[in-house]
Amino acid sequence: MAKMDAIQMQLLQEVAGLHEIPEGAYNIRANSKAVGRQSTANIEITPKENGSGIDIRIKEGTKHESVHIPVVLSESGLKETVYNDFYVGDDADVLIVAGCGIDNCGTQDSEHDGIHRFFIGKNAKVKYVEKHYGSGNGDGKRILNPVTEVHLDEGSTMEMEMVQIKGVDSTDRSTIAELKADAKLIVRERLMTHGQQSALSIYKVTLDGDGSSADVVSRSVARDHSYQKLDMCILGNAACTGHTECDSIIMDDGRILAVPSLEANSVDAQLVHEAAIGKIAGEQLVKLMTLGLTEAEAEEQIINGFLK
Amino acid sequence: MLDLNHISFKAESDNGEIQIINDISLHLDPGKFIVITGPNGGGKSTLAKLIAGIEPITAGQVVFEGKDITNMSITDRAKCGIGFAFQQPVRFKGLTVFDLLRIAAGKTISVSEACGYLSEVGLCAKDYIKREVNASLSGGELKRIEIATILARDVRLAIFDEPEAGIDLWSFQNLIRIFEKMQQNENGRSILVISHQERILNIADEIIVLSEGKILRQGKRDEILPDIIGTKYASDVCRKLSEEA
Repeated sequence: MAKMDAIQMQLLQEVAGLHEIPEGAYNIRANSKAVGRQSTANIEITPKENGSGIDIRIKEGTKHESVHIPVVLSESGLKETVYNDFYVGDDADVLIVAGCGIDNCGTQDSEHDGIHRFFIGKNAKVKYVEKHYGSGNGDGKRILNPVTEVHLDEGSTMEMEMVQIKGVDSTDRSTIAELKADAKLIVRERLMTHGQQSALSIYKVTLDGDGSSADVVSRSVARDHSYQKLDMCILGNAACTGHTECDSIIMDDGRILAVPSLEANSVDAQLVHEAAIGKIAGEQLVKLMTLGLTEAEAEEQIINGFLK
Repeated sequence: MLDLNHISFKAESDNGEIQIINDISLHLDPGKFIVITGPNGGGKSTLAKLIAGIEPITAGQVVFEGKDITNMSITDRAKCGIGFAFQQPVRFKGLTVFDLLRIAAGKTISVSEACGYLSEVGLCAKDYIKREVNASLSGGELKRIEIATILARDVRLAIFDEPEAGIDLWSFQNLIRIFEKMQQNENGRSILVISHQERILNIADEIIVLSEGKILRQGKRDEILPDIIGTKYASDVCRKLSEEA
């Protein structure tokens, strides 16, 4: 693997929890270049012919293996769009860790737009973890606009953990999923915006097969002058169950627009949505203050717990 | 240990100001178990909150262990050693029982230490330690966890606002055992409990009867209890006392 500097290593740790080269298959991209790639007997990573991204092919029946594909940007002014396609074979059971960290100490905007497509085979199980993180004190913005497209074949399961806690100035994330019979999608999104940041998070989940289900839950905190739009839509076209939940804490001059929506096109579709926005309850702060925390410490504990 | 010097508390209402606590002076000794009782709306909970700094007094002075804490925040009073168990404990989405006990202890604690506090309040620790302190917990479970947060703190003065309310399935005897143990283990720790319950009044060193924001009676258990004992609810007697006065 090519050498990475301290900032890049720090970013790598934030987004992928990696201190060193991961076990299993990986592709590490730093400042628009691949700095390390490894395939395994069951997981093959190949660059696309036009150089726009990578294909990840996971053999059917692959169990308990992982793929790490973190991206780090530490040069100001970089802008890239990367297309990564995942083909997960039938009956596989794998962990995929993606994520992007941008450190921008310069004056120009840095932007990474990752377009991920997942084609998940019959009865396969995928756990997908995506963390986004920004650092650096330059005036240049750190921008991440991910698009995630998930196609779940019969009986397959995708569990997505989407996390953006700090430092990303602008994000417009879009997740689209289509589920066949008995497929299951679980999404746990955690989002915190601060300063002047803005975040748009859009989900459109289509339940096409009988017995399919989706549970999309977002917890978010908007602080300072930041803005969030959470748009979560589930369409039920069969005998399916769907649940969306947006639960948000608003602080300072933050603003949040939650737009949960449901569309039932089958009489057997059972769909539920919940949305709640509110500030931290005064009595929660008081309780923690009676345990010896200052008001600011109490706020931090409540937010950390909420976003955990 | 605690001196309240001519403290008053007024609250704003639609009909103007209401005097909730009216010029109360009180001295509490260390190492005592004190129960404040009296009719509902008489100012008991408010008085407890004034001591913990949750509500600000509008007149008077609060002295704790020789230090004037009148203008101290809730946080600073907590750091001085005042603990407060709420009548209706608050829920937290995301914070676990372990998180709350860790915060209460004010330091890193091991899972087995946290489990110890939960066992004290009659909860099977392994079932609860990772649970979120959210709506999935019943009122009774929450109440016991609230008491466990006080056990996890090394307080000098522990205030319990109606600790018996909502612990229906848990025996009273356990609650009383906790109070006794808290007193035995610590040299000079005082416990102040707001309660109507005769069985709690029964173990008090001192009883204070509060009504309409004033202290109606204060004294050793043996002096006060005969007027209260034998009735179904202590509060009924308190009302009678207040009417007689």
